Amino acid sequence: MSLIHKTAAELGRLVAAREASAVEVAQAHLDRIAEVDGEINAFLHVEAESVLAQARAVDERLARGERPGPLAGVPVAHKDVFATADMPTTAGSKILEGWRPPYDATVTRRLREAGLVILGKTNLDEFAMGSSTENSAYGVTHNPWDRSRIPGGSSGGSSAAVSAYEAPLSTGTDTGGSIRQPAAVTGIVGMKPTYGGSSRYGLIAFASSLDTPGPFARNVLDAALLQEAFSGHDPLDSTSIDAPVPPVAEAARQADVAGLRVGVVKEFGGDGYQPGVLARFHEAVELLESLGAKVVEVSCPSFTYALPAYYLIAPSECSSNLARFDAMRYGLRVGDDGTRSAEEVMALTRAAGFGPEVKRRIMLGTYALSSGYYDAYYGQAQKVRTLIMRDFEAAFHQVDVLVSPTTPTTAFPIGERADDPMAMYLADLCTIPSNLAGNAAISVPCGLADEDGLPVGLQIMAPVLGDDRCYRVGAAVEKAYESRWGGPLLAKAPAL
Amino acid sequence: MSAITRDEVAHLARLSRLALADDELDHFAAQLDQIVGAVARVSEVAAEDIPPSSHALPLTNVFRPDEVRPGLSPEGALSGAPAVEEDRFRVPRILGEEA
Repeated sequence: MSLIHKTAAELGRLVAAREASAVEVAQAHLDRIAEVDGEINAFLHVEAESVLAQARAVDERLARGERPGPLAGVPVAHKDVFATADMPTTAGSKILEGWRPPYDATVTRRLREAGLVILGKTNLDEFAMGSSTENSAYGVTHNPWDRSRIPGGSSGGSSAAVSAYEAPLSTGTDTGGSIRQPAAVTGIVGMKPTYGGSSRYGLIAFASSLDTPGPFARNVLDAALLQEAFSGHDPLDSTSIDAPVPPVAEAARQADVAGLRVGVVKEFGGDGYQPGVLARFHEAVELLESLGAKVVEVSCPSFTYALPAYYLIAPSECSSNLARFDAMRYGLRVGDDGTRSAEEVMALTRAAGFGPEVKRRIMLGTYALSSGYYDAYYGQAQKVRTLIMRDFEAAFHQVDVLVSPTTPTTAFPIGERADDPMAMYLADLCTIPSNLAGNAAISVPCGLADEDGLPVGLQIMAPVLGDDRCYRVGAAVEKAYESRWGGPLLAKAPAL
Repeated sequence: MSAITRDEVAHLARLSRLALADDELDHFAAQLDQIVGAVARVSEVAAEDIPPSSHALPLTNVFRPDEVRPGLSPEGALSGAPAVEEDRFRVPRILGEEA
């Protein structure tokens, strides 16, 4: 088996045992990127020389007897919304074209400390706002299963890189579903950790009360290993949780759900859901039952209002966060001809530098926060947020985990929803509640939809700091499906 | 009846410091009207007695020791600036002509 098809855990073992060098592993992935990324466009930036230099440094650390961790020497694709001092950081926006941050994000720093080799920066919807990666200023990313389809978003470059075997691992951020939805539609594993479990320091902010860094991988254990590598308390992020990281890698090795109580969320299903998605979901529930889980139906009535509440809260926070792009201290500046005022230059720069979805959300947030509308919109959405948290709390008194489809449909065609914001927003219907409540949630593959042969994801939600439950259930589902399918779902993807 | 008018969108664009062209205003007005109409559904929820949540986790203020730590150098802080003069950010005029 070639290096690019191995798991991250196996690559880490090979490098640690000196059976393969980090340089060889990095070169194999650089070759794959050179071969297929012209058709996928997962990466915005790859610099082979710097990748190989990182890999050489890891080989030297290992030769000196250092043991940085189980992923030392394993390549990772890094979402271009994390600051990297040695690579451009654009957030998929023209307003940051060519910008090089003066420091590393905490997630970036921890990847380096753990000996991971950063292959490059991956494409995303501008400022992580979108569900298709079509909102990037640098072109659309293609789904490796069907290049006429979207790879999900906003972390679509990261999901495509892993599902196209360009990287065994990648990072993402999940504000409303931006890790779980792309993982679901590309047939891989994607995890949104508990909010505050992974640091936001050096992550370009979209909606600060929701933004959560998390991992993508081709299997559950690899995702857990990556989450462990970059998680944990960070004094530089004041919302970071000062508690031990849940034992996620250990849980990923305990593929057992016997006696576990699983709740099916009644509110997710019916109109707007693709029949093939629902069929795979119901099969997954039957599978959990056959593995010894006790399945019950659970009602979370406020989840019906999660989508509208989210599209008030997230844009409100975005309108405030993106005020920092003022053309003064970094990034683009347009129209500074010596006659215009700072305010005019600011307005011209922001109009030229932001794409349509970012403009829509800034204006929507400005509206929801403006006097006269604040109570009816932002204030009311915050109350709905409380009700959603209470629904989760009540549900987790009855069951250990909740399950749902990750997305209502499989990957849709590129262009289909590009100028229909409300249709685009529906892609996050099932993922948003866990962002509003801050709890952990994972997406694992559960088969292909009959209509289009495209991947379907099963979402497993656990309480705050119950990340290990997501991995334990995810691993059990993965193990059962792999023995049924004779291998991972991704093995069914057409060759690139 | 529309939830949001073109004039309101023009006002929001000014507040948001976005110099939008006329055709953009028309396009966004129609879309924002649709979005505001959809998100206004939150008003259906009876929530008079429900406290608002700005955050998912119970958070308290976090302090750190008041110790000197290394920060950005002037070169680092200015490295991404559109214009620099004498180790400072050079910006367009901020005050009006008459000031």
